[in-house]
Amino acid sequence: MFEPGLIHILFISTALFFIGVFGFFTRRNLITILMSVELILNSVNLNFIAFNKYLWPDKLDGLFFTIFIIAIAAAEAAVAIAIIINLYRSHHSIDVSNAEEMKY
Amino acid sequence: MLNATYIALIPLLPLAGFIILGLFGRKYIKNSSGIIATILLLAATVLAIYTAYGYFFEYGKVNGVYEKLIPLKYTWLQFSGGVSIDMGIMLDPITCMMLLVITFISLMVHIYSLAYMKGEERVATYYSFLGLFTFSMLALVISSNIFQIYIFWELVGLSSFLLIGFYYDKPSAVAACKKAFIVTRFADLGFLIGILMLSFYSGTLDFNTLIERLTSPGSAELSSALSMSFMGISVLTWAMILVFIGAAGKSAMFPLQIWLPDAMEGPTPVSALIHAATMVVAGVFLVARLFPIFALSAPEALELVAYVGAISALLAAIIACAQTDIKRVLAFSTISQIGYMMFALGVSKYGGESGLGYTASMFHLFTHAMFKALLFLGAGSVIHFIHSNEMKDMGGLRKYLPVTHVTFLVACLAIAGIPPFAGFFSKEEILSAAFQNNMIIYWIGLFTSGLTAFYMFRLYFGIFWSKEHETHAEHHDEGGFAMLLPLILLGIGAAAAGFIPFGNFVSSDGSALESHFNLNMTIAPVAFSLIGIVTAMWLYKTQNNKPDKIAASISGLYKAAYHKFYFDEMYLFVTKKILFNLIAKPAAWIDKNVVDGLVNATGNTTVFVSKKIKRIQSGKVQQYAVYFLVGAVAMAVLFIYWWK
Repeated sequence: MFEPGLIHILFISTALFFIGVFGFFTRRNLITILMSVELILNSVNLNFIAFNKYLWPDKLDGLFFTIFIIAIAAAEAAVAIAIIINLYRSHHSIDVSNAEEMKY
Repeated sequence: MLNATYIALIPLLPLAGFIILGLFGRKYIKNSSGIIATILLLAATVLAIYTAYGYFFEYGKVNGVYEKLIPLKYTWLQFSGGVSIDMGIMLDPITCMMLLVITFISLMVHIYSLAYMKGEERVATYYSFLGLFTFSMLALVISSNIFQIYIFWELVGLSSFLLIGFYYDKPSAVAACKKAFIVTRFADLGFLIGILMLSFYSGTLDFNTLIERLTSPGSAELSSALSMSFMGISVLTWAMILVFIGAAGKSAMFPLQIWLPDAMEGPTPVSALIHAATMVVAGVFLVARLFPIFALSAPEALELVAYVGAISALLAAIIACAQTDIKRVLAFSTISQIGYMMFALGVSKYGGESGLGYTASMFHLFTHAMFKALLFLGAGSVIHFIHSNEMKDMGGLRKYLPVTHVTFLVACLAIAGIPPFAGFFSKEEILSAAFQNNMIIYWIGLFTSGLTAFYMFRLYFGIFWSKEHETHAEHHDEGGFAMLLPLILLGIGAAAAGFIPFGNFVSSDGSALESHFNLNMTIAPVAFSLIGIVTAMWLYKTQNNKPDKIAASISGLYKAAYHKFYFDEMYLFVTKKILFNLIAKPAAWIDKNVVDGLVNATGNTTVFVSKKIKRIQSGKVQQYAVYFLVGAVAMAVLFIYWWK
């Protein structure tokens, strides 16, 4: 049976990362942008797990970091959604291109 | 026997008055502010009398010599070695005499002001300023350290500024107080430099040590100060000349006399205080305090003191003859009398019989305080009655102001030196001291005393005799008990102060000086004074046109004297034309174009750059994210490929 190596997993995580970055820059809907951020974070998580498993299988540092990042991501999602709700209340839209009053 | 606490209370009581009235006077205790200040000052006066009595009759004299006592000394700032700024009390004969004079005159002024300033809106402010003034002057005379004296010296300048400018809505008063402050401040610069030089060479700021080190022949400090010389004059003499410049500024000596006549803009009782007991005699006091150094180690500086005093005495007397504002006449007579005190110090030597000038100067300071305060308070009564300062509005007032008339006459006789009034004795001593040492100054003094009698009686006849104005009858009365009591007390002082055997108490070296009253010496000054009085009587007793004719016949001199010999114009020329055009204007140009230019250039550059780059801040979040990514990538590239 095919046993995936480190390189395959890194490939997936890189792909996930750039999909996230692309979404972050191109999408106008704030919810989608938030989802893109989650993609980026999870690609990093995948990296941690992969390196931990393949290079130092007797240690758990990568796992700890991953759990930590998941917690952070949850908090960040809460804050982001609060911002989104407030933006919706003031602009009746969650399109970032509508909220650009804070400029020169 | 000697308890420093109550001596310290003498200046602190007026200070307490200043603080209480300054903080609460305007709102809470406005109507009783005068009473509070007067009671505090009365307490200070009693303490001063007690102190002076104790010093002169109980513990001051050791082996027939009055010692300099230091009952209190607190080191405030310690510099290297022996140089320290102390706050202390020094008691010696002139301090005790000054304590008496200042508290007494100030008390008279306080009482007088109760009536004179009645109805004034800012009466609490007035009394608080009076308290500050009295405090600074009292603290000045008890100073044991030359830097302490400088501190209170400046404080006197400040409080006189406040009092002269009391009517701050009058432009002339504002100009006068600024003038007084700037002129005296300018002179104080000389004093400060003098202090620094003295302390540099003697290594101390303490009066006793300073005088001891700089007068004992052969001491290291004295020889070092004498060996250095600048322009052919020793450094010590320069230092003393600089100190004297400070003294001349405060005492309104030639050529720094210009501020004093304008200082008449303040309330009249303030003029009495400034001119009789406080500010203007501070200069004389300073020279007297440092007299041993002047006399023993810097005789050239002392000679300068003598000539400056004599010139001021003569010049001011001539100017006084042509003035028409009665307060200005009195102001110039003050300059003239202070000039007397200065040249009396100038012709004196240290110790023994030849120290007569020193005693005479202090004696004249004492008697002058009495009759000059009386003259000013009398003038205040007249102004209060007439509401004018001009002599032409007065005349025939003897019927309406009987007490003022008699006391004013006493003061005029005293200042003219007619026996047996106070001025006669002190002036006689001054002139005999001058006679022994310097004939030029003696003749100047003699001539000035004739002029003094002339212009004082010109004033007296002009106010109280001459032609009566018909408007007088409708005026109110003389001003009540509070105004008359000081006049009467000062009148007694002006009449009787001359009988004090002053030489027993105050002399240059502390040992008693026998007053050797020489009848021959009195003939000339009394004769000159009588000539002056008779001339004034002939010209001014009744309304006539003789004064105008005489003024017309010497119109050049008269005009020059009327315009105070154009000193103000000269100063204006020097400051406006020379200082402003040659120094201030280029400095202003540099400030505007170079200094401001640099600041403006910085600002303009910032504005220019920010206008160019402000578009970056577009408000689009995702654009910011792109910048962030580009930055992060650039950093990554940098770290990976360059940062080995």
